[in-house]
Amino acid sequence: MLDATLSAPPAALPARDADGKLDLGALFTESEVPEFLADLEADLIGLKPVKRRIREIAAHLVIGRAREQLGLTAGAPTLHMTFTGNPGTGKTTVALKMAQILHRLGYVRRGHLVSVTRDDLVGQYIGHTAPKTKEILKKAMGGVLFIDEAYYLYRPENERDYGQEAIEILLQVMENQRDDLVVILAGYKDRMDRFFESNPGFRSRIAHHIDFPDYEDEELVAIARSMADAADYRFSPEAERALVEYVTARRGQPNFANARSIRNAFDRMRLRQSLRLFDTAGLIDREALETITEGDVRASRVFSGGIDAPRSAASV
Amino acid sequence: MRITQGAFSFLPDLTDAQIKAQVQYCLEQGWAVSVEYTDDPHPRNNYWEMWGPPMFDLKDAAGVFSEIAACRNTFPNHYVRVNAFDSSRGWETVRLSFIVQRPAKEDGFRLDRTEWEGRTQRYALRHRAQFEAR
Repeated sequence: MLDATLSAPPAALPARDADGKLDLGALFTESEVPEFLADLEADLIGLKPVKRRIREIAAHLVIGRAREQLGLTAGAPTLHMTFTGNPGTGKTTVALKMAQILHRLGYVRRGHLVSVTRDDLVGQYIGHTAPKTKEILKKAMGGVLFIDEAYYLYRPENERDYGQEAIEILLQVMENQRDDLVVILAGYKDRMDRFFESNPGFRSRIAHHIDFPDYEDEELVAIARSMADAADYRFSPEAERALVEYVTARRGQPNFANARSIRNAFDRMRLRQSLRLFDTAGLIDREALETITEGDVRASRVFSGGIDAPRSAASV
Repeated sequence: MRITQGAFSFLPDLTDAQIKAQVQYCLEQGWAVSVEYTDDPHPRNNYWEMWGPPMFDLKDAAGVFSEIAACRNTFPNHYVRVNAFDSSRGWETVRLSFIVQRPAKEDGFRLDRTEWEGRTQRYALRHRAQFEAR
């Protein structure tokens, strides 16, 4: 039923009719959310649960605006979030989008994303952590603070670790300055869960827990295709078939990082393509320059026993 | 005696919202904003105490304002001002400076006269709060 609410109406109407009824559709259109959701749909492949959750949040924010206009208490919702998922499932990308949507909906004033890790928040010696954390928080004000691998903030094995101090400052700001910034914590699911167990204060201050699923094989192929498109390359039909096999094989091998593995593979394919063209020399046309052939894909070590296997002469 | 230094000092005191708007303007120009305080607002006292280092790379005035609030809390009876420094080539100077807090009662200055060589008289302006504090 959410999707029904969210499908944009044909035309923007005045936001309020004679009986004082609000036109949700118009409100929705004015908020630029439809374009945003369309962008999201086009830019992000797969990630169904994530998109659904973002639609929910977007709808909630629009409804909140509507309630405000009719004089109902809207109360700024808590927008802090966690993104959990395996490497390369698009957490950072979505965080960037999130900053934009919150900005368009008017819940953050500037809409920039400050991406940090433990090193940016936690100091080296006593008295170093608080100023460091506060400095980052000040930079993130009016936008979104994205803490990657947030569980490193808390190191239970060292009771004098300064991470705890950073956590306390973060919690305080998350609670007291909800209007000024939105905090997104990201990391792998199991470690994130353990982190929350030892820091119950965090869990209760975060309203949205979004889990990023691994990509399906065909989604990864689609991602490769869109990366190629963006870089003005294209796969020959045979290369595309090889790519499907590549994805299946790569998934079974160690250090598989979803879309990130695909990005790296694509970068290597480009290198191989360049070298192939360079070695053949002679005349080349536009098509040769933009086509990645089956050979470029198949030369990968993934097909000859994985990245740990000794390099063969074929894999350059 | 009302101290008139920096911008806006002949206007009624700025409200918090107005301060935020001014700071936001500075940040949008790419200036580094800093907070300073003093108990001696003598016009020749250029160097007020710094409340932390200048703030670079901020996007929103909320960050600066939390520092202003902290400084006001710590020194409720001092003068507090905000400076915005423009580091771009050709300027490299403070572009905007304005007072964001003054003591509830502004004591003004006292004129000290000192006998000097011959029949010379030397005059000095001293902020009254300086004497009462010591």
